[in-house]
Amino acid sequence: MNCAIVVFPGSNCDRDMAGVTEKILRQPTRLVWHGETDLGDTDLVILPGGFSYGDYLRCGVLARFSPVLGAVVRHAQQGKWVLGVCNGFQILTEAGLLPGTLMRNRDLRFVCDQVPVRVERRDLPWTCQYNVNQELTLPIAHGEGCYYAEPEVIASLEQRGQVVFRYQGANPNGSVGDIAGICNPQGNVLGMMPHPERASDADLGGTDGLGLFQGLLAWYGKHACRN
Amino acid sequence: MTAYRAEIFITLKPSVLDPAGTAITKGLQQQQYPGVQEVRIGKYIELTLTAADASTAHAQVEQMCQEVLTNPVIETYRFTLEAGR
Repeated sequence: MNCAIVVFPGSNCDRDMAGVTEKILRQPTRLVWHGETDLGDTDLVILPGGFSYGDYLRCGVLARFSPVLGAVVRHAQQGKWVLGVCNGFQILTEAGLLPGTLMRNRDLRFVCDQVPVRVERRDLPWTCQYNVNQELTLPIAHGEGCYYAEPEVIASLEQRGQVVFRYQGANPNGSVGDIAGICNPQGNVLGMMPHPERASDADLGGTDGLGLFQGLLAWYGKHACRN
Repeated sequence: MTAYRAEIFITLKPSVLDPAGTAITKGLQQQQYPGVQEVRIGKYIELTLTAADASTAHAQVEQMCQEVLTNPVIETYRFTLEAGR
């Protein structure tokens, strides 16, 4: 499973991601500078967390105009996997690959915490290693993680089962419907505010996020065998 | 080509909760301004550009607002445009 992690000026979770895909999963991993326009033979593209372009104007908006985003959009349109975590999620919404937007947290505070997150469905590569309603403990660290979309968009997301992860208990940022992560209708593009890559190494205090990456790998293996 | 100066005012849509505005509303009311009813926070952008004429400049600013400067999911905008230095 070839992995490409896009590095924007201001990305700061790129190497954490590479630590998971390269060192833990042992998959070929390439860090791709945002000025590149070719993702090559990539199966999984990851837009990591951080503060692309200093979050100037709005989180994620300037990254959307990076040369590499054209390749990311084409990759997504081919049905291949795109994962956006935190700032990466913000970029996916700004790029129109996922609906809605991420607003300033309800309580105006940057939240850095470990929170309970519920898995809503397991028929996706991202969640096939979890159980439905399984509660994960995942780290969050964001100031603008309040998911917002028009009521009709939210209704459509709920109806099509595009909510993949939901906060349990106290909602940390005011997201509509306690939404922590959503996918596109096809399920190949996932955006989430919690950081699975920061919960993938037991030495760092938890492995609840590792299942997401292992799920991709298992799904990829099955698919490759069929071919 | 003529130089133009645009002043762009971006605000959250009235239907969207503005937590920063709400916090400032409460702060002002708790000081000696109980009459303050609502505060909404926005962004102000100054932009200079050159264009063939005023209507071209207007169309360009309009397009920039829609495609880059605002997020139409949550924000609205208005702007003024003047020929200037």
